[in-house]
Amino acid sequence: MQIASPGTLAAGLGSGIAFGALLEKGGAARYEAVEGQLLLRRPRVARLMGSAIATGAIGMHVLTRAGVTQPSIKPLHPREQVAGGILFGLGMALLGYCPGTGVAAAGAGRRDAMVGVLGMLAGAIAFTQIYPRVKARLEADDRGVVTLPEATRTPAWPWIAGLGAAATGSLLHSRRGPELTAAPA
Amino acid sequence: MSERATAVWSPFAAGAALGALEWFTFATAGKGLGVTTPFETAAVLAQRALAPRRSRVERFVQARGESPAIDWEFALVAGIPIGSWLASRGQPAARAVPTLWAQRFGPSVASRYAAAFAGGALMMMGARTARGCTSGHAITGTMQLAASSWLFSTVMAGTAVVAAKLLFGRR
Repeated sequence: MQIASPGTLAAGLGSGIAFGALLEKGGAARYEAVEGQLLLRRPRVARLMGSAIATGAIGMHVLTRAGVTQPSIKPLHPREQVAGGILFGLGMALLGYCPGTGVAAAGAGRRDAMVGVLGMLAGAIAFTQIYPRVKARLEADDRGVVTLPEATRTPAWPWIAGLGAAATGSLLHSRRGPELTAAPA
Repeated sequence: MSERATAVWSPFAAGAALGALEWFTFATAGKGLGVTTPFETAAVLAQRALAPRRSRVERFVQARGESPAIDWEFALVAGIPIGSWLASRGQPAARAVPTLWAQRFGPSVASRYAAAFAGGALMMMGARTARGCTSGHAITGTMQLAASSWLFSTVMAGTAVVAAKLLFGRR
């Protein structure tokens, strides 16, 4: 079994501390926020994720163009992503946290999240038992490592601009809301 | 418990900061944020320690084709609860049963814990099937315009919204 160098582990730990702190400060590590988002009653989590995606996309585009880093993406295996997405969605609606917010909520002392993390460990063990039997079927349809621009033969920048526009639009809309619905003076 | 019970950041600010954290992790470690691979690692290590032959865990390791590693992402997941704990200090203790849950399903702690456990298990099985979650696919993958991540995220979000509506009924 491999163990990374102390420097690598320290860097990961530090990044994780920042990650957990941001999820908590952003109000996402709470059942009300996550389940409320799934029920489409509270937009906080979608706004947080959308902003992260837009910001991340712009930065990654710049960093990869500059040769500072390379993309790291999973191959398109539609059966895996569809079957996994369905199971994940069902589980997340029941738990009311995702893995990141669940681990963060557990750290912040929310006991139902701690139980959720135990469930996640149990699920991982169950997965190791089931996977060998279904692997061939899951991976049969392998489309390789592909991005949306590559698949559609379009450049990347319109996609990234679109993400940026969506996040900006969401921000502007959130600021105008109270004015739009305020009663006339 | 209201969202405003304690001071929280604007989700736009927190999200932008998370996006910037991704720049940092990619620039320094060559990796993006992800949470569920370490759970798979822990599952393998636990079975190796507790029941190496009975669990036939090596059959999984061979099939998966990847050696479990205590690596950068493992340390990342270990850091998350430390960060959230630090960020949550000074807040009143949360209820064992969230109010939103109790309004629909009643006050039973056992029921809430049972649902949390089952939900967590199902969610992780889905995450490892898809090789990612809301962090690894829905943020890190979609921001890189990965087709696999856009597919997972769309299916996941659609399923989760429908499932939540069904669970909570018409309200």
